[in-house]
Order: sequence, then C-alpha cells, then structure tokens
Amino acid sequence: MKILVAVKRVIDYSVKVRVKADNSNVDLTNVKMSLNPFCEIAVEEALRLREAGKATEIVVVSIGPKAAQDQIRTALAMGADRGIFIDVGDTELNSLSIAKLLAKVVQDEQPGLVLLGKQAIDSDNNQTGQMLAALCNYPQATFASKVLIEGDSTTVTREIDGGLQTLQLTLPAVVTADLRLNEPRYVKLPDIMKAKKKPLAVTSPAEMGVNVANTITLVRVDAPAERSAGIKVESIDALIDALKNKAKVI
Amino acid sequence: MSNLVIAEHDNQNLKASTLNTITAASKIGGDIHVLVVGSNCQAVAQAAAAVAGVTKVHVADNEAYAHQLAENTAQLVAALAPAYSHLLAPATPAGKNLMPRVAALLDVNQLTDIMAVVSPDTFKRPIYAGNAIATVQSSDKIKVMSVRITAFDAAGAGGSAAIEAVNEVFTADKTKFIGEEVAKSDRPELTSAKIVVSGGRGVGSADNFKIIYTLADKLGAAVGASRAAVDAGFVPNDMQVGQTGKVVAPQLYIAVGISGAIQHLAGMKDSKVIVAINKDPEAPIFQVADYGLVADLFTAVPEMTGKL
Ligand SMILES: Cc1cc2nc3c(=O)[nH]c(=O)nc-3n(C[C@H](O)[C@H](O)[C@H](O)COP(=O)(O)OP(=O)(O)OC[C@H]3O[C@@H](n4cnc5c(N)ncnc54)[C@H](O)[C@@H]3O)c2cc1C
Ligand SMILES: Nc1ncnc2c1ncn2[C@@H]1O[C@H](COP(=O)(O)O)[C@@H](O)[C@H]1O
Repeated sequence: MKILVAVKRVIDYSVKVRVKADNSNVDLTNVKMSLNPFCEIAVEEALRLREAGKATEIVVVSIGPKAAQDQIRTALAMGADRGIFIDVGDTELNSLSIAKLLAKVVQDEQPGLVLLGKQAIDSDNNQTGQMLAALCNYPQATFASKVLIEGDSTTVTREIDGGLQTLQLTLPAVVTADLRLNEPRYVKLPDIMKAKKKPLAVTSPAEMGVNVANTITLVRVDAPAERSAGIKVESIDALIDALKNKAKVI
Repeated sequence: MSNLVIAEHDNQNLKASTLNTITAASKIGGDIHVLVVGSNCQAVAQAAAAVAGVTKVHVADNEAYAHQLAENTAQLVAALAPAYSHLLAPATPAGKNLMPRVAALLDVNQLTDIMAVVSPDTFKRPIYAGNAIATVQSSDKIKVMSVRITAFDAAGAGGSAAIEAVNEVFTADKTKFIGEEVAKSDRPELTSAKIVVSGGRGVGSADNFKIIYTLADKLGAAVGASRAAVDAGFVPNDMQVGQTGKVVAPQLYIAVGISGAIQHLAGMKDSKVIVAINKDPEAPIFQVADYGLVADLFTAVPEMTGKL
C-alpha cells in the first residue's frame, strides 16, 4: 500500500511572530521556518506503518513557495521515498484550493491512506484533511492518537471532547495526526545526504489543471491585546487576599 | 441573511457551546435556525427551541446519526445549506471535524475559530497561536464557520421555536463506530467554568495531580493541564489547554507548575485574572500573570486549599 503525506512549511513553533507595522500581515523576514509539527508526526506515522509491514511506499507532497522543498527534503531524510512539490510561489492559498490540489494528487497516485497534520500552526485552520476527504468522498478520522491497519481498513483512535473515540474506516481514507500519535524521530546527517538523491517531482496548479482562486481575503492583521504586567505576591495569604478583595474573583 | 447553527450535543443534552454559537449568529443578523442531528435526540431539539433568538429547529433523528459521524452529517448539512447564508458550529473537536467537510461539499471555504463578527462577510480570527488577529473577508455565497466559544456570551432562555423533522437520511457506509471512552466528571466543564486550575509538568505525576483536583474542588473550578502534563499521562487528553487544545477564558485561571509556552498561553491568555504558581521566577508565565507567586507548588497548593 502507498501512503501519501501532505506536509506544510510553516514558521518554527518556537518563534513568536510579530505583526508588520502596516498591519498587512505578520513579519516573516528572517524567521526560522520548519516542517509543521503535526505534519512531522504524520510522516513519522507513515514510516512506522511501513516498518510494521503495512505500507510499501511513502510519498510526501507540499504546496508552497520554492523554499518548501526544504520541508519535503526533511521528510525524505526522515525516510519517505519520494516527493511532489507544487509550486504556487508566494501566494497563500485558501484551504479549499490546497485540498483541490491534494485531491488531484490523490487521483493520480491512488494511495491507500492519506495522512495530514490536524492543523498548520501558522493559519491554525484545522480544515484541509476534512476538505480533502470530502472532495475524494473518503471516510475521515481527524485528531488521531492511534492508527492501526488491518487488511482493507484502518482503526483509528481520535482525541475528542471528553476523551477518545475509535472508528474503523474502509481504505482509502484520510487521517489527520494529533500530538499524541507518536514522537517523531530525529534526522541523522547521513540521511540528509541520502535524501538529496531521492526523487522530487515539481509541478504547478496550471500543469495539474486545478483552478486555485481564493475566496477569503486578508483585510488586515493586528497584534492581540497585550496584558498589562501584574505583580508578584509574597505569600498564599497575600494571594488569597488579592483574589478576594482586589480582583473579587473568589 | 439566515443562519443555521449546528447544535453540539450527546443525544440527551444540548452543550453550552451551542449557546455561544447562537450569540455569534445573532451578531451576523437575520434568522437563526438550529439543526440537531442525532438519534433519540428530541430532548435536545426541545432545549434548542427554548433558546432566545432561535426561530426554528430542524431535527434529524435517526439511528444513522447516532454517533454524529462527519461523513453523513456533512451531507445532511450540505443538503439544507442552500436555504442559508451562514452555517455555524462551535469550534470544538466536533465542529472542527464537521464544518470543513461541509464547506468542501458546497465548494466554499471555511473560517475556523471566528472570535468577532465585523460584518456579515468579515470576521476576526486568531492566527499564529493567537499572536496575531486576522480580519478576513469572505466572498463565498454560503459562509461556513466554526466559532470560538469563549469570545461570545451564551444565549439565554426564552425562545419558543417551531420544531421540524428532517427526514432525509444519509449513511456513512465506509465508517464504523467502534467505541468511545468518555470520562464522566462532576466538575464544571473546562470551557465554560468560571474558575480553572491547571497543572503542568511541574506537578510531576498523575498521583500528584490530586492536589490540583483538591484545590479545584474547593474553588468549584474545572481542571486543565499543559500539553506536557497530558503527554506524560498525568491527565487525559481533553484537559489540554492551548493552541491545539481547548481555549478557556474564565474569570480566574490558576496555572500551577506551568512554564507559559506560547502554545499554552494561546489557550488561556484571555482569562480575566491569571495567577501563576511556579518555583522559577524567570518562568514566562509570570509575564502574563496578574498575580505571581514564586513558590514550590507542593507546599503552596495545599496551603492555599487549606486557607480557602
Ligand atoms: C505543535 C505544538 C502544539 C502544542 N500545543 C500545546 C497546547 O495546546 N497546550 C500546551 O500547554 N502546550 C502545547 N505545546 C507544548 C508547549 O510548547 C510546551 O512544551 C508545554 O506547554 C510545556 O508544558 P509545561 O509548562 O507543563 O512544562 P515545562 O515547560 O516543562 O514547565 C514546567 C514548569 O513547572 C515548574 N515547576 C517544576 N517543579 C515545580 C515545583 N515543585 N513547584 C513549582 N513549579 C515547578 C518549572 O519551573 C517550569 O516552569 C505544543 C507544542 C507544539 C510543538
Ligand atoms: N500548503 C500545504 N501543502 C501541503 N500540505 C498542506 C498545506 N497546507 C495544509 N496542508 C496539510 O493540511 C494539514 C492541516 O492544515 P490546515 O488545515 O491548514 O490547518 C497540514 O498539517 C498539512 O498536512
């Protein structure tokens, strides 16, 4: 079985972004970029499924600017077999367009399982996997914390409100990774060298024949309201007094 | 304008998150209808009909909807959608699972986690773990969105909407529900509690978390946690507060043994009053805390419980 994993290039999770002075967007100049953490978990899960004999080939796909090939290379260094890069330049596409491009890749590649991150930590959208599943008419299991493959189905445990839910989906299916699914491996230097020789196909929406018009426009971006600095209290007595008599919240 | 709010429920009770979503719909303006999809869920429909502002409740009550799977629920919502300008659901795991699937079926985009309605086509939503607030405008004919429940008050009682049955049945043939492990708790719900006490890695173990529960019970509070505490298995996953967990905005948030990573702050920094108890005076959590206490939590928390 082939597994397709969609990966996104995003700001590194340890960076705190700032809003540009003209409020047009956030400032990403000279900011460290990485593989979206949830996508890294998705790649790791694909590798584990292959190691368990449940998959034979892992294909990673990313849509973005030229530099997004770095994140495909990271996934290849982790162990994926080949990459597909869809060049959209610097335009940030809405999720529906991303999902349409991914659906075309699914149509061409015919994977048995499509893994995505549950959420990109830049847009915080949490929607692409669900949209892709709808477009392909595949069953979906979002927020996965456990994925088992048995024959032509996958049994997925999902993190839901209140606890965990287990669903069994007939393959092909879309699964989105949550934090507890696994802990991704570290990439070793020799693997980075090896990854440079792995195949990476480059294409574009036009070549794929997919229309990618945005219907959501970014009007402006503001910094959130800052909290005014608080005080340190010296003791529990002082804390309780402040909460009762000053803040009046207990 | 006409809004369809997708109710969140467990076939018995209407979840409070639906009430916040109804308020978001009222900011958009126009009619507010509620859709209840479930099995043996008439009580939920009645509860929805009694919410102020709601003028109609559609109820799709069928065994096929017992587990509210995204696959067939999305088809049902999409079938009703053409009569509406806006479709809204709470930005909870259930709503986030469903709404993007609905949007794609309608060939429109979806807005996640809207926190303010600027106009019927323009909304604010947090991006980058809440470190920026985007104002976004949608040109889609039907606007599909999930709503940040802490950003809108709960709608009150006083409605008497008509209840109409929806008889269309869609099945989810490729998805089988196997089971659910849902913890029952007598404590208030995390996302609507007035007080939240959260523990982090500093608490050290599942056993040690007892001191957090004891303090919470004394305050009538809900209990939350950092990702590190969940990952370490101290508490279940649905207690995680943060960018990729739950968003809370209580009157009082007490962070115990939590360092204050941006991903955690994303889920609690809109709380009215923040208290941090941490033994490290340099912990970033103190930068957002109204009241910070530098202390060992194992002495400070029991002392606080004892003195309340
Ligand atoms: C993609 C992604 C998503 C994430 N999503 C979330 C999320 O939704 N929510 C979230 O919380 N995190 C999230 N994180 C993780 C986040 O980056 C931090 O790693 C996490 O919040 C740290 O948890 P913590 O503060 O409990 O642990 P630590 O950072 O280890 O802090 C523990 C604190 O406890 C204090 N302490 C230790 N012992 C004591 C004692 N005896 N008395 C008093 N204080 C003590 C220490 O001084 C320290 O400040 C995410 C990370 C990533 C990459
Ligand atoms: N530009 C992209 N290229 C490839 N995959 C993407 C892209 N955007 C989103 N995804 C996938 O969709 C997941 C969820 O992203 P989002 O819906 O944007 O929060 C990500 O973790 C990726 O797996």
